[in-house]
Amino acid sequence: MLYFAWVRERIGKASETVSPPSEVTTVAALIDWLAAGSTDHAAAFVDRNRLRAAVDQVFVALDAPLGSPREVAIFPPVTGG
Amino acid sequence: MMTVTVSEATIDAGTEFAAISASGAGGIATFVGLVRSDDGVAILSLEHYPGATEAALRALADTAIARWDLIGARITHRVGDMHPGEIVVFVGTAARHRGAALEACAFLIDRLKTEAPFWKKETRGGETSWVEPRDSDDVAAARWKA
Repeated sequence: MLYFAWVRERIGKASETVSPPSEVTTVAALIDWLAAGSTDHAAAFVDRNRLRAAVDQVFVALDAPLGSPREVAIFPPVTGG
Repeated sequence: MMTVTVSEATIDAGTEFAAISASGAGGIATFVGLVRSDDGVAILSLEHYPGATEAALRALADTAIARWDLIGARITHRVGDMHPGEIVVFVGTAARHRGAALEACAFLIDRLKTEAPFWKKETRGGETSWVEPRDSDDVAAARWKA
């Protein structure tokens, strides 16, 4: 897992390795599973409308299937330029 | 010719312009984004997603080169801490004629703002806050839908 910007700050770490159960098949389900396991994750993920995700560096909707990724990133809407 | 750079190094507009001009094209368009100096921001910090950022910028440049038949495209984006008046981003496009260069340049900066994984944090009077995305940026990006 990779976290950026205020998602990273609220969780208190930039990355971690997790092993979700097999019933976690979408990015949204992964977010639910992480939030259920820690108050910091729950605080970071409280407003799902303000979360964006990438699976193996490809930007996806939260309801996208997870597959068996090496890297999932969760972050706020982007504000570059 | 496409060049995408993301780094903490200071961006020099003259150096960037010379690089895109070297393409030999008849028309060069550029956009330079600076750290605002009119609203009390002392430090602007840019975070990004290494690897994914460069890939997103290369994909945008590829799209622009194909859509406007560009001779060259250059995107240089700074990350890390910067101060008011310093350059955050340089976008340069080179084409045979001005129309393609100008449109492609606008396309690149509009889409960069909504598709490349950068996040801005502002420090004002010792307080820090993450910059919120603006609806107007989504509108600007949407006008380029093919």
